[in-house]
Amino acid sequence: MNKRRPYVRPMAGWWRKNPFFVEYMIHEGTALFVAAYALILLTGLVYLSRGEAAWNVWLEGLKNPWYIAFHWLTLAAMCYHTYTWFKIMPRTMPPVIVGGKRLPDFAITGSGLAVAATASLAMLGLVWGMAR
Amino acid sequence: MKKTLKRSNAPIFWALFGAGGMLSALLGPILVFITGLAVPLGMLLPADTMSYANMLTFAQNIIGKGFIFAIISLFLWHAAHRIFHSLHDVGIHAGIVAKLIFYGGAMVGTLITAYTLLAIGF
Amino acid sequence: MSENQRIIEIEVLRYNPETDKEPSKQVFEVPFTDDMSVLQGVQYIKDYLDGSLSFRWSCRMAICGSCGMMINGEPSLSCETFLRDYYPARVRVEALAHFPIEKDLVINMEGFIEKLESIQPYIIPKEERTLAQGEYLQTPAQLASYEQFSSCINCMLCYAACPQFGLNAEFIGPAAMALLHRYNIDSRDAGKAERMELVNSEEGVFNCTAVGYCSEVCPKHVDPANAVNQNKTNSAADYFLRFLTPKGGAK
Repeated sequence: MNKRRPYVRPMAGWWRKNPFFVEYMIHEGTALFVAAYALILLTGLVYLSRGEAAWNVWLEGLKNPWYIAFHWLTLAAMCYHTYTWFKIMPRTMPPVIVGGKRLPDFAITGSGLAVAATASLAMLGLVWGMAR
Repeated sequence: MKKTLKRSNAPIFWALFGAGGMLSALLGPILVFITGLAVPLGMLLPADTMSYANMLTFAQNIIGKGFIFAIISLFLWHAAHRIFHSLHDVGIHAGIVAKLIFYGGAMVGTLITAYTLLAIGF
Repeated sequence: MSENQRIIEIEVLRYNPETDKEPSKQVFEVPFTDDMSVLQGVQYIKDYLDGSLSFRWSCRMAICGSCGMMINGEPSLSCETFLRDYYPARVRVEALAHFPIEKDLVINMEGFIEKLESIQPYIIPKEERTLAQGEYLQTPAQLASYEQFSSCINCMLCYAACPQFGLNAEFIGPAAMALLHRYNIDSRDAGKAERMELVNSEEGVFNCTAVGYCSEVCPKHVDPANAVNQNKTNSAADYFLRFLTPKGGAK
């Protein structure tokens, strides 16, 4: 008679039990802010299509303290997304060989962050240049 | 193995997630700063950076249209994929309904963006 | 040999399928020395306090992969985890997460073995090779490209670490993917197309959400997350380009 009776443990609350998983849920959560920001831009686009008066209403609305606070929060979330995105990147790539040696993880992450910083400055410069 | 394997269609959504993730990682922070903080608060950039005239010119330009479309659409696809999987992570296995809501939502957002950009004209 | 006879508390999640409805915790007071591993602590319990305690172990030097368990909630090899690092706090010991518990610290690993078998873990050559042709030649660089993935000791810590496996036991998982990748990138192997079906399937790589904890806990630095995620790219390429190749890609 088979005496085996394997016990399957429930998964509920798994991510709260380990700091590694808590961080994982946080960086996954940045997607909520990416979605929110995209929807804000989409709303703006629709207002833009409705003419100058509508656009100015939307633009003024951005100055609302709640929106400002929300954008500070979104900025923090976006930055955290950028950081964690490039932190996991070494896990997703085949080995990068430079000069006969394999590039270490921090070099890949660092390069990614450097590109992000450069792209950001370039975008800022471009916008400033176009607005002048 | 005895069971028949079914090919997953995940690559479509994963590729969109990856593209959106990379775009938002590179340009997300600065765009949030520009549109949500610098311009409304009058920091660093000229006060009329996002004036109607400027924005209309940008949105009527083919490159401007491409940029706006890429940002809104890919950010939405990235978020849809990630949020859908996060629901699964916290134990909400809503299956096909959730897929329709999230990926469907990204699709709707994409279509509205495309339609509006075309409506704005050249 | 240290003269300190200190006592440490080891709390073990016990489960006897014949008598228990569900697992329960039991605390043991274990005299220990600085050189004792958690495995030795558990062995002390079995030898002197409760002979019914069941657990797997063998080499006690982190190469056989038998003694994996959850130690303070982290997947660890008990033979290379030391009691001195927890004292005076209590050490919580539990069977490897995400696997059904057979008894005490012994889990059901049949599914894992099936997954290893399913990926065809052997060289699938391009063509039949006769003895007269001699051995395969491989450069140090060719070996280096897959060597880390060949270091897996099948300890299953990565499965205990992977929440996606915990949520879906059908997921092929980290170690099986590491082994699959090990063969795919071995210069002697030509079986990549045959193995793609598993990679592309609903039980395949896209269950992974890049948590990365598997690679964190791996005692042999195999980096299974890398094997899984590199194959997401391979799988996507296969998905999108399959209509371009004459054979139509893998199934």
